[in-house]
Amino acid sequence: MLRLVIRRLLFLALVIWSASTIVFFIPRMSETNAIRERFAELARTGGFSPTDLEKIIESYTKQFGLDRPLWDQYQDYIVSIFKLDFGFSLNRYPMTVTDVIMQAIPWTLSLLLVTTIISFLIGNLLGALSAWPKAPGWVRAFATPFVLLTGVPPVIMGVLLLFFLGFRMKLLPLGGSYSIGVVPDGSWTFMLDVLKHQVLPALSLILGSVGGWVLSMRGMGITIQGEDYVNFAEHKGLGAGAIFRDYYLRNTLLPQATALALALGTVVTSAIVVEGLFGLPGIGQALNNAIRSNDFPVIYGIVLFITGAVATLMVLMEFVYPLLDPRIRNE
Amino acid sequence: MNMGQDQNPVLRVSNLEVTYYTDSGRAKALDDVSFTLNAGEKLGMVGESGSGKSTLALAMMRMIKPPGRIEGGRVEIGGVDLMSLSEEDMRQARLSKIAYIPQGAMNSLNPVTRIGAQLVDAIRSHGIKDSRAQVEERCVNALKSVDLDPAVFRMYPHELSGGMKQRVCIAIGILLQPSVIIADEPTSALDVVTQRQVMETIDRVKDQINAAVILIGHDMGLMAQFVDRVAVMYSGRLVEVSTVREMFTKPVHPYAAALISSLPNLENKGVFQGIPGLAPSLLRLPGGCSFHPRCAKVMDICKTTRPTTRMVQGNRLVTCHLYNEEA
Ligand SMILES: Nc1ncnc2c1ncn2[C@@H]1O[C@H](COP(=O)(O)OP(=O)(O)OP(=O)(O)O)[C@@H](O)[C@H]1O
Ligand code: SF4
Ligand SMILES: [Mg+2]
Repeated sequence: MLRLVIRRLLFLALVIWSASTIVFFIPRMSETNAIRERFAELARTGGFSPTDLEKIIESYTKQFGLDRPLWDQYQDYIVSIFKLDFGFSLNRYPMTVTDVIMQAIPWTLSLLLVTTIISFLIGNLLGALSAWPKAPGWVRAFATPFVLLTGVPPVIMGVLLLFFLGFRMKLLPLGGSYSIGVVPDGSWTFMLDVLKHQVLPALSLILGSVGGWVLSMRGMGITIQGEDYVNFAEHKGLGAGAIFRDYYLRNTLLPQATALALALGTVVTSAIVVEGLFGLPGIGQALNNAIRSNDFPVIYGIVLFITGAVATLMVLMEFVYPLLDPRIRNE
Repeated sequence: MNMGQDQNPVLRVSNLEVTYYTDSGRAKALDDVSFTLNAGEKLGMVGESGSGKSTLALAMMRMIKPPGRIEGGRVEIGGVDLMSLSEEDMRQARLSKIAYIPQGAMNSLNPVTRIGAQLVDAIRSHGIKDSRAQVEERCVNALKSVDLDPAVFRMYPHELSGGMKQRVCIAIGILLQPSVIIADEPTSALDVVTQRQVMETIDRVKDQINAAVILIGHDMGLMAQFVDRVAVMYSGRLVEVSTVREMFTKPVHPYAAALISSLPNLENKGVFQGIPGLAPSLLRLPGGCSFHPRCAKVMDICKTTRPTTRMVQGNRLVTCHLYNEEA
C-alpha cells in the first residue's frame, strides 16, 4: 500500500512537472508583452509621452524580473510552483494570481460540481432502470431524448439553448453572472438572479452528458442481470428493491466511478468553454483574458491549478476503487 | 390418482407444464410432469442436456422467465399450492419453503459484498426481526454445518475456492430450514474429492432439517451413491421414477434401460456405449412417444399416441405404452 502511494505521488509530481514546463515556455514564444499592452492602453487614454511609456515599461519589466535570462526565470517559476504562489498578475496588477483564481473558482467549481453530479446521477439511474425489467415503462421513454443528445458538444448545446430559451422565448438571461441593476448583496433576490444565470450554462453541460451515462449503465445493467448472482438473489427470496440496490447497482459502481474519473478532464474543459460562451466570470473567463493579454503568471497559475486538481482527483479516485470493489484490494 | 408411495408427501408436483416461446417456435420444455417426495427423501434427477431438469427446478421456484411460461400444474408443499400464491407470498416461500442451489454456484455469489452480508440479507428479506447478533449466529451456524470456518462470514467470494463457494450456497439454502431443497448439478465444476465432500455435506444437512432433496445431475454413478430414488427425464417428460436399486437392476422404461446399460461397468470394461440416435429438438418433437425413433421396443401405438404417466410395481412411475395393462 505504501509503495502504491509513493508510486502514485511520484506520478502526480511527474504530470504536474511536465505540464508546468510546457506551460512555462508557450506564453514566452508570444510577441505580446503584457506590460506594454496594459500601459499602451493607459497611454492612449491617459496621455503620457512615448518616452515615459518606455521608461515605465522598463521599470515594470525589471520589477517583475522579466529582463533576466529565461533559465533563471524558469527556476524561479519552479520554486513558485512549490510555494503555490505566482506573484502578481501583469495585467490586473496589483491583484495577485491567487486573487484572480480565488475570485473565479467559486463560479467554476459550483457549475462543475452541480452539473457533473446531476448528469452522473440522472444518467446512471435512468440507465440502470431502463435495463431493469421490473422498471416502469416511462423510464425508457424518459431516457430516450437524453440518449439522442449524447455527444452533442456543450458549446453547440449552449448556443442552441441560448437561441431558443434565451433569445426566442426569453425565458432565461443570455449571459453574465447577474442582471445589470441587481445589487450583489447576498439577498434572496440576488441569489435567485444568479441562479437564473446559471441554468443555461448548467443545462448545456448536463444535456449532452446524461446520455453517455445512460448508455454505459444500461449496457452494464443488461450484462449484470444475466449474472448468476442476481438470479441467486432472487432464489433467496430477496425483494426487487434489495436486488436492485445491493446486487445490481453495487456491481456497476466501480466501472462507473472509473468512467467518471476518466471523464473529469473533459468535463473541466467543457466547463471552461461554456463559461466563455455565457460570459460567466469563472476560471474559463480568467484564463481567456490572461491568454489574450499574455498575462503569463495568471496563465501559469490557472493551468497548473487545473492540472493539479484533475490529477489529484484521479489519484484520489484510485484510492476509492478498493472501497468499491474488494477484488482490487489485494493487489 | 396417487402418484407416490406415501399418502402424505411433503412435495407433490402435478401436471406441471412449461413452454418457451422462442423465435423459432414453441418449445414444450416440461410436459405433464408429476411426482411426489417425502420428507427426508433424496431424489436424483437425471437426463440428457436440454431434457428440462433445470426448467423443472425453476418452475417449482416459480422463476421461469420470459420467453418461458408455466402453462399449468400444481406444486404443493405441505398441502399449499405454490402456483396459487401471490407474488409476495411466493417470494417469502423461496428459501423458507423451497430452496434452489443454482447450477453455476461458482458465480452465484455477489463478488462485491461479504459472504456474511449475503447470508444476512436472505434472512432479513424474510421478515425475521431477530437482533443482529442472533442473525449472525444463525449464519455462522449454517456455515459451520457445511464445514466452513466461521471466518468465512467476513470474507469475499474471490477469497474462496470453488468447493467453498458451493458450500456457501448450500449454507444459504438451509438457512431457513426449507422443506424442499433443489441442488442443480451441485458438483459438476468440482474435482472428484470435493464432489464427494459436497454430496456428503448435502446429505448431512438434509438429515439435520429433515428436508426433501432433489439432486440434479448427469452423473448416474455419483447419483447412485447418494439418492434414494432416481427420476429420468427425456425431452421434457418424466419417463421413469424408481428407487436406485430398481433403476439399476431392472429399469422399466426403455430409455432408462438404455441409460443404465450405457454406463461404464466391469463387464464392458468402462466403455461408454451411448444411446443410438440423437436427442430430439423440443421444437420438432416426434409425435406419439417422443422417444420412439430411438426406442428398441417401439410399437405401432408409440408413433401415434402419447403415453401417460402411470404407476407400476407398487410405487414406480413410468411413461411408456409397454405398461398400459398394468395400470
Ligand atoms: N430461456 C430459454 N429460452 C428458450 N428455450 C429455453 C430457455 N431455457 C431453456 N430452454 C429450453 O428448454 C429445454 C430445457 O432446458 P433446461 O435448461 O431445463 O435443460 P437441462 O436438463 O437443465 O439441461 P442441462 O443438463 O444442460 O443443464 C432446452 O431444450 C432449452 O433449449
Ligand atoms: S412408449 Fe413406446 S416408444 Fe416410447 S418408450 Fe415406451 S415402448 Fe418405447
Ligand atoms: Mg440445467
